[in-house]
Amino acid sequence: MRPTPHRRRVLLLSSTLADAAATPAAPAPQPSSRAKKRRSGGLGRYILVRFLLIIPTVFILVTLVFLLMRTTGDPITAALGGRLSGAQLQERIVAAGYDRPVIVQYFEYLGQIFTGNFGETISDNRPVIEVVLTYGAATLELAFYALIVAFIVGIPLGMVAAYFRDRFPDAVLRILAILFYATPVFFAGLLMKLIFSVQLKWLPVSGRATTSSELELQLLDGKTGIYLIDALRSGNPDVIGDVLAHAILPGITLGLLTAGIFLRLVRTNMIGTLSTDYVDAARSRGVGELRLVRKHAYRPALIPIITVIGLQIALLLGGAVLTETTFEWKGLGFQLAEYLQARDFVAVQGIVALLAVIVALTNFIVDVIAALIDPRVRY
Amino acid sequence: MTVTTPKTVPDAPDRKRSLLSRLPIVHQVRQSMGIQRFMLVAGLVVTGLFILTALLAPVIAPYGYSQLRGDDGAFGSQQAPSADHLFGTTVGGYDVLSRTIWGAQTALSVVIVAVILSIFVGVFLGLVSGYFGGWLDRVLVVVCDAIYAFPTLLLAIVMSIAISGGQSSLWGGVFAAAISITVVFIPQYFRVIRAETVRIKSEAYVESAKVVGASNARIIFRHVLRNATRTLPLIFTLNASEAILTLAGLGFLGFGIEPTSAAEWGFDLNKAIVDVSSGVWWTALPPGIAIVLAVLGVTLVGESLNDLADPRLRGRRRVAAASGTVAATSVVPGGAQTAGPAGLGGLESGETFGDDGIETRP
Repeated sequence: MRPTPHRRRVLLLSSTLADAAATPAAPAPQPSSRAKKRRSGGLGRYILVRFLLIIPTVFILVTLVFLLMRTTGDPITAALGGRLSGAQLQERIVAAGYDRPVIVQYFEYLGQIFTGNFGETISDNRPVIEVVLTYGAATLELAFYALIVAFIVGIPLGMVAAYFRDRFPDAVLRILAILFYATPVFFAGLLMKLIFSVQLKWLPVSGRATTSSELELQLLDGKTGIYLIDALRSGNPDVIGDVLAHAILPGITLGLLTAGIFLRLVRTNMIGTLSTDYVDAARSRGVGELRLVRKHAYRPALIPIITVIGLQIALLLGGAVLTETTFEWKGLGFQLAEYLQARDFVAVQGIVALLAVIVALTNFIVDVIAALIDPRVRY
Repeated sequence: MTVTTPKTVPDAPDRKRSLLSRLPIVHQVRQSMGIQRFMLVAGLVVTGLFILTALLAPVIAPYGYSQLRGDDGAFGSQQAPSADHLFGTTVGGYDVLSRTIWGAQTALSVVIVAVILSIFVGVFLGLVSGYFGGWLDRVLVVVCDAIYAFPTLLLAIVMSIAISGGQSSLWGGVFAAAISITVVFIPQYFRVIRAETVRIKSEAYVESAKVVGASNARIIFRHVLRNATRTLPLIFTLNASEAILTLAGLGFLGFGIEPTSAAEWGFDLNKAIVDVSSGVWWTALPPGIAIVLAVLGVTLVGESLNDLADPRLRGRRRVAAASGTVAATSVVPGGAQTAGPAGLGGLESGETFGDDGIETRP
C-alpha cells in the first residue's frame, strides 16, 4: 500500500474513512523513539520520493487551473470588457500576448511559474507574488489563531468523548462536532457578529484593527504584516489590545470549524487505542484514569492526528476565504474574493496556482514529520 | 435520500432475511441502538423535512422567490417580521421566508445533479483504472490525488468561472454549481471504487469468469461493479452535505445563481452581511439556519451509516454480530481486518441474539 493514506483531504466526515486507514494496528508505544535515530535507508528514500511527488502534483494543478481559466476566453475581455472600446481591448490583448495559440501561452506560463513569476493582476497591475506576500501574512495570522482555538477546544473534548464513548457526554459532543461542521463559517461569523458586536457591543464588527492602530503599525520599521507581532514590537498596550480584540471573533469562527474535525479525529483514534491490551495492562497496574487517557491512549493516537492536522491547511485556506470576507479581514481570501468580483482572472489564476504550490509543500512537510515520528510510515 | 440506492446482497445468510429488513436504511435502523439509533432517526427526520420542503416549495412558500410586490403594492426593503412577512424582507425587497423555502429546492437540485454526475464519472474511472491498471491507472491516481489535496472551494470557484463565467440562469446556475462540485467529488468515488476493484479483481469468481470467456466489459459491470458499490450510499450522504456547503460558499462569494432566477441561501447570506452590522437579524438567520439544518440532517444520516459500517466504531458486540461479514460492510476497503486494534475476534465471536430486531446468526 502506498504510504500516504493521510494525503486525502480531510472533511469532517470522510475523516472517519481516512483515519481508519491511517491508524495502523494499535501502535505499541515502544521503540519508536529509538527507531527514529536508527535511520535506515528507508527514510532518506521516502523523503526523496515524497519530494519528487510534489512536482507532478503542482504541475497537474497549475495545468488544470490554466486550462479551466482559459476556457472562458481571454482575461482582458473578462476584466475590462464593456469598459474599453473593441479596438482598445484588442490592443491590450495583443500586447499581453493573449492572441497567440493557447499551447504557446501555456508553455510560456509554465516557464514563468518555474522562475517564480505568477503574472500581474489586471485590475491594479501588481505582481501576484507581491499580492500573496502582502496579504498572506494576514491569512497566516488568522490561520494561527484558528489553530489555537481548534487545539484548545477540539483535542480535550475529543478525549472526553472517547472516554465516555456511547454515553451521554459522548452523544452531546458528537452532535456538537457535527454542528460545528454543519454551520458554514460565514453564517457562524454573522451570528457571532450579531451577538458580540451588534447586540453586546463587546468586540469590533470587522477589520484587523482600528484605523489609528493600523496607522501606528504602518509607521513601524521592518513590519512583518502579522499585526500581533508588529503590535508587540510597537510595545503600545492599546494597539496590542486592539489587535487582539479584532482577532477574537474571526479566530473563533474559523477555529470552531477545525475544532469539530479535531474532536472527531481524536475521538475515533482514542477509541482505538483505549481498547488495546496495553491500556488494559496499565489500568490493571493501577495507573490513574487521567494519566491513562493522557499518556497511554492519547500518545499513540497522536500520529494520525498530526498528519491530519497538517492537512487542515487546505480546509483552512478554503475556510479563510469565507471567514475573511465575513469579517473584512484583509487577507489573501478577502483579496481573492475582491479579484473575483472584479473578474480579474489573471489574479485569481495566479493566487490559486501559488496556493497549489503552498498546499503541495505543506503536505510534503506533514508527510516527513509523520515519517519522523512513526517509522512504519515509510516505504 | 439513500433509500433509493440499491444495495447488493453479499452472502447467503442475508438472503434469508425478509425483503423489508434488507432495504438499506431499514436494516441500519434496526441494527442501530441507543444514541446511534437516535442520531440516525433524527437525521432521517430532518433530511425528510428538507426534501419535503424542497418538493413542496411552490405550495408552502407564501410568495415567489423573485416576487417584489404583492396585492397591496411593493413589499418594501428591510421590513421587520410581520404577519404579512413572517421573517421580514431583504434589502432587495424579497420575502425572506419564501426565499428560504425556495432555497431548499435549489440546494436539493444541485445536490442531486452533483452527486449523480460524480458517482457516474468517479465510479466509471475507478472501475476502469483499477481493473486495467497500467499507465492509465498511475496517471489517474496522481491526478486524483492532486485534486484531492486542493481546497474544495477554490477548485469549485475556478470551475464555476470556467463553466459560466460566474453567473447564470436557474438551470444554467444549478448545473454550473453542480459540475463545479462534481469535479471536487470525483476523486473520492474514484479512490474508493478503484481500491475495491483492485481487491475484487483477484477474487476467484472474477478469474472463473475470465476462464469461461466473459468479456472485460461484462466482468467489470456484472462482477466487479456489483460487488464494489456497497460503500456508495455512505460517500453519497457525506458528499451531499458537502455539496450543500460548497454551493452556499460559492453563492456567498457571489458565484452562485442570480437572485432573479432562483433562491440560494449562500447568496442571501452574503447580502445579509451589511444588514447584520446595522442590527437587522432577520435576513441572516433564516437562510443560515436552513443551511445548518439541511447539512445537519444529511450529516447525521451519513455519520450513523458510517459508524454502523465500521466495526471499530459500532457500539456493541451484538450489533457487530448482527452486521454480517465485516469486510463486506466496512468503508475502508480491505483495511478493516487489520485496522481495528480491538481486533475482529473480539467483535465477531459468533454469539447469537434473538429478539429486539437484531437478527440471529446461524
